[in-house]
Amino acid sequence: MTSQRVHFYQIGSFAVGNRLLDQEERTVQAQADRANSIDSGHRACQGCGEALGARYALDAAMRATNGQIVAVNATGCLEVFSTPYPETSWRIPWLHSLFGNAPAVATGVAAALRVKGVKDVRVVAQAGDGGTVDIGFGCLSGMFERNDDVLFICYDNQGYMNTGVQRSAATPPAARTATTEAVGPEPGNTFGQGKDLPRIAMAHNIPYVATATVADLHDLERKVERAMEIRGARYLHILVPCPLGWGSASDETIHVARLAKESGLFPVFEAEGGVIRSVSRIRRPVPVEEYLSLQRRFAHLFGAHPRPDVIARIQSMADENIARYGLFAPESAEESV
Amino acid sequence: MLRQIEGSRAIAETVALCRPEVVCAYPISPQTHIIEAVGAMVKAGTLAPCEFINVESEFAAMSVAIGASATGARAYTATASQGLLFMMEAVYNAAGLGLPIVMTLANRAIGAPINIWNDHSDAMAVRDSGWIQLFAESNQEAADLHVQAFLLAEELSVPVMVCVDGFILTHAVEGIDLLEQSFVDSFLPPYEPRQVLDTKAPVSIGAMVGPEAFEEVRYLAHLRQLDALERIPEIAQEFFEATGRESGGLVRPYRIEDAEVIVVAMGSVLGTLKDTVDERRNAGELVGVLGVTSFRPFPSEAVRNALANASQVVVLEKAFSIGAGGVLSTDIAIAMHRDETILRTVVAGLGGRAITRRSLEKVLEDASHNQLAPLTFLDLDHEAVDRERARMQATRRSGPSAENLLRDRNTVSQGAKE
Repeated sequence: MTSQRVHFYQIGSFAVGNRLLDQEERTVQAQADRANSIDSGHRACQGCGEALGARYALDAAMRATNGQIVAVNATGCLEVFSTPYPETSWRIPWLHSLFGNAPAVATGVAAALRVKGVKDVRVVAQAGDGGTVDIGFGCLSGMFERNDDVLFICYDNQGYMNTGVQRSAATPPAARTATTEAVGPEPGNTFGQGKDLPRIAMAHNIPYVATATVADLHDLERKVERAMEIRGARYLHILVPCPLGWGSASDETIHVARLAKESGLFPVFEAEGGVIRSVSRIRRPVPVEEYLSLQRRFAHLFGAHPRPDVIARIQSMADENIARYGLFAPESAEESV
Repeated sequence: MLRQIEGSRAIAETVALCRPEVVCAYPISPQTHIIEAVGAMVKAGTLAPCEFINVESEFAAMSVAIGASATGARAYTATASQGLLFMMEAVYNAAGLGLPIVMTLANRAIGAPINIWNDHSDAMAVRDSGWIQLFAESNQEAADLHVQAFLLAEELSVPVMVCVDGFILTHAVEGIDLLEQSFVDSFLPPYEPRQVLDTKAPVSIGAMVGPEAFEEVRYLAHLRQLDALERIPEIAQEFFEATGRESGGLVRPYRIEDAEVIVVAMGSVLGTLKDTVDERRNAGELVGVLGVTSFRPFPSEAVRNALANASQVVVLEKAFSIGAGGVLSTDIAIAMHRDETILRTVVAGLGGRAITRRSLEKVLEDASHNQLAPLTFLDLDHEAVDRERARMQATRRSGPSAENLLRDRNTVSQGAKE
């Protein structure tokens, strides 16, 4: 096992613990010879949740398949920051076609591998929330319905960040975006259901659906590993804060993601065959204010003209999630996979 | 051996002989019979190995083909009309990525008003996409062209669209000589991709290119189409030598040697045109026909040579650019670059309107007497159009013109709405 000299500049963060562990107990990402799907030097913003999520997800997929993965990428931040020719960060075969067709392109890749009798190479398709819940939704539903052998990963940063922070069907209520400005009597995004893609995916009865955040990367890695043990359509929905679009500090990405989960606004769970098998319980409950107040996209709910009524509505959404997924359920329910 | 079969069946069986590895299917008339027949062959195991994928849209059909082709599989699909437009973004993308997908386009009009019948509006809508577009004159040629299309596509890494007149060809039953598997296997070698998703040699395909090289990338695509101009006649010649059949090529001249008037057209109407020319020739008129088989790449030189001695060229088109005029005519005009030749455009057969020999005779007669207007719409009911214009003038809420015109022409019962 190779290792790098460690500088303890991270003291005070949750991440430092890994560096104090014995070599064999350290995470794979701390090792110099780790899987490396995405090379450094790409153009992601400082604190980009998507870059972090993609690295952990695809590296885990590489480890699970002995490096035998092909990635299909929808148009979006991940595609743009990782590639413009002649540079590329991808150390795996990678194909970008269009914004809305990544699931179908992945179906084609999987079909080609199947027809050629290649069984060990697996297909991962990935998109942001726009490419998943909006423009790619038709193709995604088709891929699910046919149960094609593809792991589809949605990096959900709750808006069209690549084009300048516009609303998507994954943008939460009250959030300011460039197309839901914080003006007028009901500032920010309108209240509604939006599209709850993990539940829609479950309704397709595909073998595996899970959510994760970049606040618990080992949970993310474990879910990717589990997904790669299964054949057929699998869906992984990862919450990836976007400092640019959310107006959060770039060194708060992990913290903000954790608060999304701990507040109940983003339920973290795992489902197989359309049935929830485990939920990540809330460890330190927080009111939604604590999550919202770190993000300028919700700044209009605070300050000189606070909107406790709107915050209360958001809190009730969190409470509904807590009830629906049993996020406060006793320990025993968690480890039932 | 000639078999009495439907055009779609002949295309499907020929596509199967080409051993496609991934076929994606989404139903749209009039191509459905093709994809149904291929699907049945895969299901029965007579076409194997092949993955037949029922997708949820044409956009997905082309996207699945893109993924399959980029993974080194021979990919095929078929579509028409609205389906082609729905997959338009992926159509451009397949060409931009240089993926040699072959697609049958069962030419059909584009709505609104919705219309399932034949014209060439769909093919014209994607003429700038970078696909090679070959037009079949007959069902025999439609079937044969698919073998040539796969060879051409894979040699040049350019997708090829075989354009076949919807219903007129796809649903016509006639005697067709299907190829032997052994011949197709020798004519069409296995697909060797130029770029492929391979874990042993990872590449990034489809990344962004800025102004530094975009024009060069596009020009390269243009050059590949110019290469196709060389290869299309060569492949047709090789095919002819092996089968004795004149399928494919760039252009197909008919009785043009001494022709003063030459009608240029594409697709199945060429048959009717040739019959009409024979008749007018018997009446002493020096007329001929030039069929354009390869619309993209456009064979400018072959067209120029064929039309060099004509005093008048009439382009008969099953499509037009609304607000401008002929589409093929524009290419013909640029190819001829001769001011002394009279160029006329006749738009005909839109939305499946029958192009009759009688009407074509009138076109040739008018042309011979130099009485054709620069832009003519064949068999257009000008009075009905004038009456609708008057109704629109008289009443702001004049309603859907499409319905009004049908009522005006007594196609639906006058009492139906009253």
